[in-house]
Amino acid sequence: MYGYYLVLALRSLQRSKVLTALMVLAIGLGIGASMTMITVLHAMSGDPLPGRSDQLYVPQLDPRPLPRGGASGTPAGNLPDSLTWSDAMALLHAHRADRQAAMSGGSAPVRPAQAGQHPFFARGHYVTADFFQMFATPFRAGSGWNEQDDADRARVVVLNAGLAQRLFGATPAIGRTVRLKDTDFRVIGVLDDWRPQPAFYARIDDRAFGQADQFFLPLQTALDLRFNFSGDLRCWGSGGDNRRSDHCTWLQFWVQLASPAKAQAYRAFLADYWRDQQAHGRFPRPVDARLYGLTDWLAHEQLIPADLRLQLWLALGFLGVCMVDIVGLLLAKFLRRRGEICVRRALGARRRDIFVQFGMEAAVIGLAGGVLGLGLAQLGLWSVRRRPDGYAQLAHMDPAMLLGTFALAVVASVLAGLLPAWRACVMRDPCA
Amino acid sequence: MPRIPMLASLTRHRLTVLLLALQVALTCAIVCNVALMIAGRTAQMRMPSGVAEDELVMLDNASLDGGNPLARHAADLAALRRIPGVTAVAAVDALPFNRNNWSNGIATVPDGPPRLAATAFNGTPGELQALGLHLVAGRDFRPDEYVPMDSARDWDGINHVAATIVTRALAARLFPGEDPLGKLVYPGDNPVRIVGVIDHLLRPMLETGDGNEDAMLFPMLPDEGNVTYALRTAPSQRQRVLKEAAAVLQQLDADRILRHAQTFAQLRRDYFRHDRTMLGLLLAAAAGLLLVTAVGIAGLASFWVQQRRRAIGIRRAVGASRRDILRYFQAENALIVGGGLLPGVLLALGLNLLLMRHYELPRLPLAYLPIAALALWLLGQLAVLGPALRAAAVPPVVATRTD
Repeated sequence: MYGYYLVLALRSLQRSKVLTALMVLAIGLGIGASMTMITVLHAMSGDPLPGRSDQLYVPQLDPRPLPRGGASGTPAGNLPDSLTWSDAMALLHAHRADRQAAMSGGSAPVRPAQAGQHPFFARGHYVTADFFQMFATPFRAGSGWNEQDDADRARVVVLNAGLAQRLFGATPAIGRTVRLKDTDFRVIGVLDDWRPQPAFYARIDDRAFGQADQFFLPLQTALDLRFNFSGDLRCWGSGGDNRRSDHCTWLQFWVQLASPAKAQAYRAFLADYWRDQQAHGRFPRPVDARLYGLTDWLAHEQLIPADLRLQLWLALGFLGVCMVDIVGLLLAKFLRRRGEICVRRALGARRRDIFVQFGMEAAVIGLAGGVLGLGLAQLGLWSVRRRPDGYAQLAHMDPAMLLGTFALAVVASVLAGLLPAWRACVMRDPCA
Repeated sequence: MPRIPMLASLTRHRLTVLLLALQVALTCAIVCNVALMIAGRTAQMRMPSGVAEDELVMLDNASLDGGNPLARHAADLAALRRIPGVTAVAAVDALPFNRNNWSNGIATVPDGPPRLAATAFNGTPGELQALGLHLVAGRDFRPDEYVPMDSARDWDGINHVAATIVTRALAARLFPGEDPLGKLVYPGDNPVRIVGVIDHLLRPMLETGDGNEDAMLFPMLPDEGNVTYALRTAPSQRQRVLKEAAAVLQQLDADRILRHAQTFAQLRRDYFRHDRTMLGLLLAAAAGLLLVTAVGIAGLASFWVQQRRRAIGIRRAVGASRRDILRYFQAENALIVGGGLLPGVLLALGLNLLLMRHYELPRLPLAYLPIAALALWLLGQLAVLGPALRAAAVPPVVATRTD
């Protein structure tokens, strides 16, 4: 029976080849564009640190003066994304979380020891001791440093595998010396090519995907040696732009809290800290301390660039218009076949049979469009991979997305065919 | 034209007509906003940077030994100046599109609240000539006005500098309707006098809004390890000068890292890379939508023509001319598309409000709406022309046949 309907559908589609081709093309383009963007955004929304991410939080405070002209009771809107030195150090030394670390990104010239090798810039992070355990960074050799090293401004460095390989080849790097900027550092750990995607702990910008950090060294040491810091330094009031001041935000801060109860307690601690600062004449804005989980933080920081989200909406909008287009065309096409419906009904076909027959015709178009869409999505992903952005290399279709494409094609075609097939089967008095 | 029969015929295809109108409405809404995005991006990409774009090349220099940066920059600049074909050089910290943005809150009264944040462009004497900036009022900095940036002490130079040159746009924003020359501004702890005005200078990073020329030059000498050397030369000499500049600097002192040696044209191209991708996608989306809508209109019209062959034949037999039949289908299409355009215009405004909230899109100028409506209406007429001509070609004899 279904085989017969399939033959009927193919025959009917053959009768108007150009129109069939255009319908397949429209649904294929819509699905291809949508699946390209859904795949890209899906790949970018992956968990950067499976197993640990649900324990990681970012505290947010607002030490800024009252907004100009705003009363103290007005909602503050967005809080600064980063902390001042004095607040970060206060939270760090309070030890109220299971683990906590302050950090900032930067780059430093590296001078290889071997003669003939040119100096080059490496990208890294200046962090405090808990960083490595909190993020469970995999060590190939050695380990991180401890709080005492932080306080002592120890000249130690943890290298990522790539930089260790570039500097020391296959020989062990632990204990060796690497010259960063104009200072010698002792290598105490080598990471096993750690590259979470995105680099969630850094300031979220268009470099969150792709390149990994090549080195990590103590924050206090980097400040003392006036290393180059990247990112956003925002100061207010007078009194200069000193990184160790209490009126410049620039530090990222992460805490590990093993249970929701601990997170709740930490929220209370942050609010208490805010009130305590108010008692000391800081934090003039109303208490609004926030604690973001990792996933919420990435969403809040708009990890997915606005342009990409816009591209997704554009693709979905296009698919929507294509669907309306196809529903209209199928409807007109089916209703024109009043005569055929009349004959089939007179020969004993039930309404259900008519529905299945016409539904089959819609499904064939949907399936063909889905296959075309899959091809176009691969083409689209290929073009995304050619973009010189960090996320480009993630633009691959995994099996789940492959299935999703087919599901979307089937759903789209069924939706597009449903209304016309139904109208065809409930046609009143087709032989009139 | 017989209007009533047409409406009667349309009501027989209520659902199909509704779908077509819906499609026109959706297309109108999306295309209006896509056009707005395209206009916004192209406007930003065409903004004059203020510098001599065809004559400028630059390279970033990071010196590794801990010597005196001011002395080294002076030596480097002297060597670069001797390269044949180089007309001017300067060491600078910021350039339009180089993303190195140091902004200061600018107050116009002592200890007052900042009116806006403006980018500080700092450089060695001769920066105006090297970048090709056009002074439209006042003067360039005098040699005795230059102070070091003092980056080692948290850029303390901003509290000691006494003169500044601002863009015309910034002057108008700070002192609307007044002569800015001689006025005092407060980017740091001390007053700074405006001594000159340049016509244009874009900030290192663009934003949506009016502040893209909130830029001011200070006579402050860059004294960080990293600095950008800007060289001006004839357009045809740019690649050679770049190569020679790198060689000259390496020869002078090899203990340095030279990066990002490029022409200003390259810098601009890289900066707008994403916008160009986005522009292509927006254009493709708009074209795709219009195409799909045209296909829908043409497809439906040709179905209806086939369906009504007998009726057309009868009308021809009782005296309707070919032109009448053609007109009939054109009018029918105009009615349906027009019916879709009305909600389409409202939908466009609604979508615009949504996009304004989530994507920093400006308000849709009302002038877009009639243009988009006319364009879609014409598209509809174009799409229906083929089927309508086929309908007009139906001979009256069809009336006598039975299907």
